Amino acid sequence: MATQASRAAARAMLSPAVVLLLIWMIVPLAMTLWFSFQRYNLLYPDRAGFIGFGNYINFVATSGFWEAIVNTLLLVGGVLAITVIGGILIALLIDQPIWGQGPVRILVISPFFIMPPVAALIWKNMFMNPSNGLFAEAARFLGLPPFDFLGQAPLASIVLIVAWQWLPFATLILLTALQSLDSERMEAAEMDGAGPFARFWFIALPHLARAITVVILIQTIFLLGIFGEILVTTNGGPGNASTTLTYLVYKEALLDFDAGTAAAGGVVAVILANIVALFLMRAIGRNLDA
Amino acid sequence: MARAVPPARKALTTALAWAVGLLLFFPILWTVLTSFKPEPVAVASPPVFLDFDWTLRNYQDVQRQRDYFDYFQNSVILSLGSTILALLIAIPAAWSMAFVPGRRTKDLLMWMLSTKMMPAVGVLVPIYLILKWLDDMITRRTGIDVGLDSHVALLVILTLINLPIVIWMLYTYFREIPGEILEAARMDGATLRDEILWILTPMALPGIASTFLLNVILAWNEAFWTINLTVTDAAPLSKFITGFSSPQGLFYAKLSAASTLAIAPILVLGWFSQRQLVRGLTFGAVK
Amino acid sequence: MGRITLEGVAKRFGEAEVIPPLDLDIPDGSFCVFVGPSGCGKSTLLRLIAGLEDTSAGRILIDGQDATRVPPAKRGLAMVFQSYALYPHMSVRANIAFPLRMAGMAREERDRRVEEAARVLNLTPYLDRRPGQLSGGQRQRVAIGRAIVREPKAFLFDEPLSNLDAALRVGMRIEITELHERLRTTMIYVTHDQVEAMTMADRIVVLNAGKIEQVGSPLELYREPRNRFVAGFIGSPRMNFIEGAEAARHGAHAIGIRPEHVTPHPSSGDWKGVVGVAEHLGSDTFLHVHDTGLAETITVRAEGEIGLNPGDTVYLTPQPDRIHRFAANGDRL
Ligand SMILES: Nc1ncnc2c1ncn2[C@@H]1O[C@H](COP(=O)(O)OP(=O)(O)OP(=O)(O)O)[C@@H](O)[C@H]1O
Ligand SMILES: [Mg+2]
Repeated sequence: MATQASRAAARAMLSPAVVLLLIWMIVPLAMTLWFSFQRYNLLYPDRAGFIGFGNYINFVATSGFWEAIVNTLLLVGGVLAITVIGGILIALLIDQPIWGQGPVRILVISPFFIMPPVAALIWKNMFMNPSNGLFAEAARFLGLPPFDFLGQAPLASIVLIVAWQWLPFATLILLTALQSLDSERMEAAEMDGAGPFARFWFIALPHLARAITVVILIQTIFLLGIFGEILVTTNGGPGNASTTLTYLVYKEALLDFDAGTAAAGGVVAVILANIVALFLMRAIGRNLDA
Repeated sequence: MARAVPPARKALTTALAWAVGLLLFFPILWTVLTSFKPEPVAVASPPVFLDFDWTLRNYQDVQRQRDYFDYFQNSVILSLGSTILALLIAIPAAWSMAFVPGRRTKDLLMWMLSTKMMPAVGVLVPIYLILKWLDDMITRRTGIDVGLDSHVALLVILTLINLPIVIWMLYTYFREIPGEILEAARMDGATLRDEILWILTPMALPGIASTFLLNVILAWNEAFWTINLTVTDAAPLSKFITGFSSPQGLFYAKLSAASTLAIAPILVLGWFSQRQLVRGLTFGAVK
Repeated sequence: MGRITLEGVAKRFGEAEVIPPLDLDIPDGSFCVFVGPSGCGKSTLLRLIAGLEDTSAGRILIDGQDATRVPPAKRGLAMVFQSYALYPHMSVRANIAFPLRMAGMAREERDRRVEEAARVLNLTPYLDRRPGQLSGGQRQRVAIGRAIVREPKAFLFDEPLSNLDAALRVGMRIEITELHERLRTTMIYVTHDQVEAMTMADRIVVLNAGKIEQVGSPLELYREPRNRFVAGFIGSPRMNFIEGAEAARHGAHAIGIRPEHVTPHPSSGDWKGVVGVAEHLGSDTFLHVHDTGLAETITVRAEGEIGLNPGDTVYLTPQPDRIHRFAANGDRL
């Protein structure tokens, strides 16, 4: 299956995808880099000019920069912890012989298909609203004072919302991996006298290792870009309490119209994402027999 | 597993699993229920679960805001359109990589994956400016809308965003088709076009269908570019919904009706595609 | 017409030279079998002829026309794959009709030819089934049907019977031979089974590590193998090879004698040994004789009810005119 003709055809059919993706990657990135060294405000386009690292200094000096970095790490870390641990537990549960496994699977997976801003709005208004959200009702029922989730613990609330959206993903992938575990291996371990916990720890968990890696890496990529949830719930506030790096750049660009500083922020975001991506590529590259 | 599980134990795990499932599903269920409540009932304290006067008022109200169906229509155009475009580009590319692999194929696949990892904010400014420039250069002169808030621009962007995933998914499906069958077609006198049209595509149809489904879902739910680059003309439901983020959000029943309308079609598609989702989103690393 | 000529054809995969330059002429209408051990390059050679791989050097002529750069679809050859490579999403009828459809043949003519091929191959009752609903032998016949409808210049078979069970294999072997008798179209048939080679071919090409060791009719190869490799490969059970003093007595580095050309006797003969294992097949008995001092084991084909048992002493006498002599480099003397 490898004649010159077929190889030429392959190259021809591959090129549109490659060229498009190349443009999509290089052009905006080059422009971002360029703008990051320019004074450029969308409101005053004529006051442009090279300002060296001014934008970077500006961006890092922005009141919320370090907070945004910490928030980003907390958001990603928090959601990963909840979804991976929760995902393993739920996957183990659903993998047991139960009645109605199909319907349960559908119930569990459903949140993943909810558009992020919708998910955020539902949680914000109908659950976390301090005056008439369900949580407030529950607190009232228990005789506790209602808690203003998005006001008092904005980041934790967003972690909760995002974790709700991604828990199904982690569960589904871990469940799929679990179901591919050869039952004979489990039975062999049982014959060898391993109890349920030993079986989980020595057989199931190592088998899941690869799936867990994949879950962590892929979620990280998506989580670094979380945007809609913040936009509709807290707008990054109060103050900068729930502003992530992504959101900070967005604020600079489309709220302050400071394209130069936003570009510098974009470059920082790209560098950070690339550090994660590097690990992801290694893991996937090793896992895939491409 | 030919061993009988004690019924008591099975009942217990079943109950637990259903409890977890219902808990996770509850926000969706609550939204759908609320969408049928009269507005006062929606905010009643204590909350009312099922015992209320079911009404379709909220849906009628949302529909009367005329623009709902514009947004819905845009969502359909953008998600279907970008997925079809991506498939048209990806099928030949995946064919190449699956059946004529070279020494660089793996690197190429990884590189495509890496474009997916570029954070959108990193390139928001230039994309915004390019579209603005296109507005000045083309839209204003020819009347063909290709800039900000245009279908064309959003279609292109959504296509490019999902292209790596589409290629990867198709690649993993195509690799399961034995190359000998395509060679047989070639011996039988099929041209490349015949081969892809009559042999590969029908054989890979289930895989292509799930790729299609998953990417419609992803495009439908995309909420960064659609929110930031549209105003009204090309604005899909993600933009529509963000309109409820402030005062309007206090009308819970209407918000719920709008939310239900925004998520229902995709939720149903999602149920159908859940098995393939794993493979698609893990780039074939978990099957 | 279907004469296929290879001139200096070679194939490299990167650094590895799988097929060193070779010449081969396959006359029109012949049944030519490529045989050789696994990995020797049989499939590669067949795929070069089919056009599914590019040659690294040399020319391929079909009916005297240079076809080296002609794409597979235009070479007018049909191929039957080891895996059958049927189109799983099409009915048997559509599978067989596919090459005709690709050739743009009119509907009625297509149907007529498909019906005809199905009749010949006893597939008529299955025409509307999918390949997945057929047995291995039936699938094989569909693959053949797909090849014959287009009336190709030559048929290429790559181990078409290796996925079938033993009984079916014998039946299909005869069917393919009969097909060749009737069509008289050139057939090139790849196998690693020397029984298939011997029974079907009118020309056998013995390959070893991409090199042609010998070309000839089955009996030529059997009677006069050009070297030790061919001698050992053709014939079953394998030829016995003896080196050392006994070979020197015949003025050779090694001598070979086929099991069927050694006569066993309980009390007298040239070589004395002890029966190790006796395989009773009913019609024949294969004796594996040890302790002759000539070779590890000497295999002997004896009559079915010879009455020799493991541990018995036996005397062996080779037929003198059936002794093959080989030089140190393996060539026949
Ligand atoms: N695409 C390829 N790239 C590199 N090496 C190859 C390729 N195809 C075949 N080879 C090598 O060429 C040699 C010949 O392979 P080929 O498939 O022709 O053997 P064969 O005689 O058909 O064996 P078998 O009886 O097992 O089918 C083998 O060593 C194989 O590893
Ligand atoms: Mg082979």
